[in-house]
Amino acid sequence: MNMPKQPDSLILRVTGHFLLPLLIMFSLFLLLRGHNEPGGGFIGGLVASAAIALHLFFTDVQSARRLIWLDPRDLLGWGLSIAIASGVIAMFSGLPFLSALWTELTVPMFGMLKIGTPLMFDIGVYLVVIGTVLNILLSLAEAEEA
Amino acid sequence: MLYALLGGFGVAALAPWLHQLFGRHSGWALALWPATLFIYFASMLSGVNDGPVLVSHDWIPSLGIQLSFMVDGLSLLFALLISGIGVFIVAYAGRYLEQHQDVGRFYAILLAFMASMLGLVLSDNLISLFVFWELTSITSYLLIGFNHEDAAARRSALQGLFVTVGGGLALMTGLIMLAMVGGSYELSTLLGQGDVIREHAWYAPMLALILLGAFTKSAQFPFHFWLPNAMAAPTPVSAYLHSATMVKAGIYLLARLNPALGGSQLWLTVLGSVGAITLFIGIWLALRSTGIKKVLAYSTVMALGTLTMLIGLGTDIALSAAMAFLLAHSLYKGALFMIAGIIDHGTGSKDLRDTGGLFRAMPVTAVTASVAALSLAGVLPMFGFVAKELLFESVLSSAASWITLLVVAGTAMTVAVAALIGILPWYGKTAVTKRTPHEAPPALLAGPIVLATLGLLFGLFAPLVDERLLGAAVSAVAGNSVTPNLALWHGINVALGLSALTLALGLCLYFCRDQFRHYTRFTDTLAKAGPERGYDASISWLVKISAWQTRFFQSGYLRYYLLIILLTFMALVWTVMLIHWPALSMGIDLRGIQLHEYALVFVLVAAALAAARSESRLGAVASLGAVGFTVALLYVMFSAPDLGITQVLVETLTVILLVLVLFRLPGFLRLTSTALRLRDAMVASAVGITMTCLLLFAADARLYDSISHWHVAQSMPGGYGRNIVNVILVDFRALDTLGEIFVLALAATGVLAMIRLRAEDKSK
Repeated sequence: MNMPKQPDSLILRVTGHFLLPLLIMFSLFLLLRGHNEPGGGFIGGLVASAAIALHLFFTDVQSARRLIWLDPRDLLGWGLSIAIASGVIAMFSGLPFLSALWTELTVPMFGMLKIGTPLMFDIGVYLVVIGTVLNILLSLAEAEEA
Repeated sequence: MLYALLGGFGVAALAPWLHQLFGRHSGWALALWPATLFIYFASMLSGVNDGPVLVSHDWIPSLGIQLSFMVDGLSLLFALLISGIGVFIVAYAGRYLEQHQDVGRFYAILLAFMASMLGLVLSDNLISLFVFWELTSITSYLLIGFNHEDAAARRSALQGLFVTVGGGLALMTGLIMLAMVGGSYELSTLLGQGDVIREHAWYAPMLALILLGAFTKSAQFPFHFWLPNAMAAPTPVSAYLHSATMVKAGIYLLARLNPALGGSQLWLTVLGSVGAITLFIGIWLALRSTGIKKVLAYSTVMALGTLTMLIGLGTDIALSAAMAFLLAHSLYKGALFMIAGIIDHGTGSKDLRDTGGLFRAMPVTAVTASVAALSLAGVLPMFGFVAKELLFESVLSSAASWITLLVVAGTAMTVAVAALIGILPWYGKTAVTKRTPHEAPPALLAGPIVLATLGLLFGLFAPLVDERLLGAAVSAVAGNSVTPNLALWHGINVALGLSALTLALGLCLYFCRDQFRHYTRFTDTLAKAGPERGYDASISWLVKISAWQTRFFQSGYLRYYLLIILLTFMALVWTVMLIHWPALSMGIDLRGIQLHEYALVFVLVAAALAAARSESRLGAVASLGAVGFTVALLYVMFSAPDLGITQVLVETLTVILLVLVLFRLPGFLRLTSTALRLRDAMVASAVGITMTCLLLFAADARLYDSISHWHVAQSMPGGYGRNIVNVILVDFRALDTLGEIFVLALAATGVLAMIRLRAEDKSK
């Protein structure tokens, strides 16, 4: 029982190409606004994974891999490292591991922008979630194609 | 102080690199470190007569665990022995292992051991003492197994590790009990609490646990078997760890805790009898052995037994004898072990029967060996004699008569053993050896010469040793000020008579050694049925049991894993619920529920049933999807948008994953019997009911105030975020999240490995 050859659906291809950047942007949007509105690293990561899964449906694994330019395995490592690093920062100020630190930046045109280690931590979560889903998804798809 | 101890680990880490830097002279270069320490500790000698010096650093302040050190007479005596003998051992090892490819690694472990051992004897805090204790076990394991290509070395290393670390576990429990009884983790406080501790109901079990730790470490009967096997280690290790230092850690602990635990009838009986039995068995086996290192190892067992017995007797004179004997033993046994290495190095033989007449080829070594052996035999005017006189005096004055008898017999046999080492290889008929015997280089000879000479000098100037070194140590062990009164000449008394008697008996035994061996063959069969058999049997049982439990729990079938997990879960939950049964209640209030909520629940249940009953795989997937989306809808309705979104996304991705897997699965056939299906249905229902009950009970029980209010109130001012769920995830409970993303990453790696491995299997 082999997986049927990819159906060359015009609609899927066109809408897919169109949707992919939008979905990725949406996932970043969810990630960044997560601290105040529904969203966050976990949800953002899932949306981004879903976007790449969609891409996978109308192309092949190679192209999906090229799309993320990082091996999903490396994403896991980067995500974990970033999350840990965000916790370590506080230790340099003599605070316990993972204490939240915030600074307020005034960005021209934007106004006040609050940046803190929890955001960095959330980025780590975001990467780990993408890494996990894509690791499983891509290796399954690869095993299918082989 | 902290630098002196922890710096040792730093030097250990740098050792391989330093070895490359200094090449074949690295032994001398690295010996500078223990030499520095020795001078440092020696400079503290005059200070400890006025009482212990305490140094303290915070380690884990939240648990009250401190890195605190106590320097008093006892710990200083040990520290001086460890660093002083360490100098010669490191220098010796540099030449002894010159040809070995892993010398750098050897230095690293040896120096790490030295640092751990110093930490052990200087610790004031029980927890740090225990940590250093275990570190010495681990470094000892690495050193015994240094020649890791040799199966016998690996086996011995593992045996030593199991015995000492097993005892270490008991010790840890005992020490924690001690701290709870005495109300402090600091030894300096505990030692003054002796009366409280001895009166406490926990005294006997606590003592048993601590003694188990000390006895395994110091190779007391019936745990003595690991020590001779540990001779698989390179000779510098045997000389250092397994005679002069590590095996004395148990003795140190007993001496250290004597003011807190000692003095009871139990202490006297257990230590006295175990020590005396160990003493006799050790020296008996020494006399029956022919390997040079084996003989020395068993005579070390004898010495350790003697020390245990003396500490058990606990009188002032016994404690003085213990400290004098400890010092004497470290000096002559260190020297003799190093000489055993020289014989091996110079002639290639490890057996006493293959040696003889070496005096002509290696005169300096021969004289040194004889001097050290005289101290072992306890001949005037060596320091060993001073120690032996005290030993006799203390058993004569306070020990049971059977112990006195064992001690006298053991001492006579020790004289014979000393003659085996000090006479047999050197004089008489020249034996043919593998290598042409040659005198040892200075690096090998320095240690034995210095240690043997010290054995002589300490004997000649016994009162000085007493005043400067041992007085403070004995006082620390006794818990009050004691003057040991060491002297070379105590006048003509019973002890002197016994000395002469044992000397004569020992020499007779030496000359009749072949007959002795012949007539005592029967004990070999006894020894075969001894404790080592017990060790082997328990290890093989351990292997069998773990193999069985692995087969049972790790069946490799997902369904059994699920079954075990679910049943365990239910058992645990119901146990707790039944314990608290009277306090539980379910407040079921159906009034506030709206009609559309009923409808959703109906859809949920129907979809779940459909998933369970579905005859096609796609149908089951679709039904499960319906369950998931309905749950998502419920989340949204109960104002948890984050959960809702997550649920929808997870459902979507799950469907995608299932689609990828679907084609790989076998057809949706009826693979199980009805009975099995019934069993699974029952387990599933039971878990469902359990969860329902648990949730209903939990919703109704309010043991503590809910922390949701705090989260809501703190979210904006404390976490700078309006989305409470996210603030909890990335700030308030970030550590939990960190743990969860680690689990995610692990799971992904596991799946990856599984799929890859299968793909590789197929392609083969």
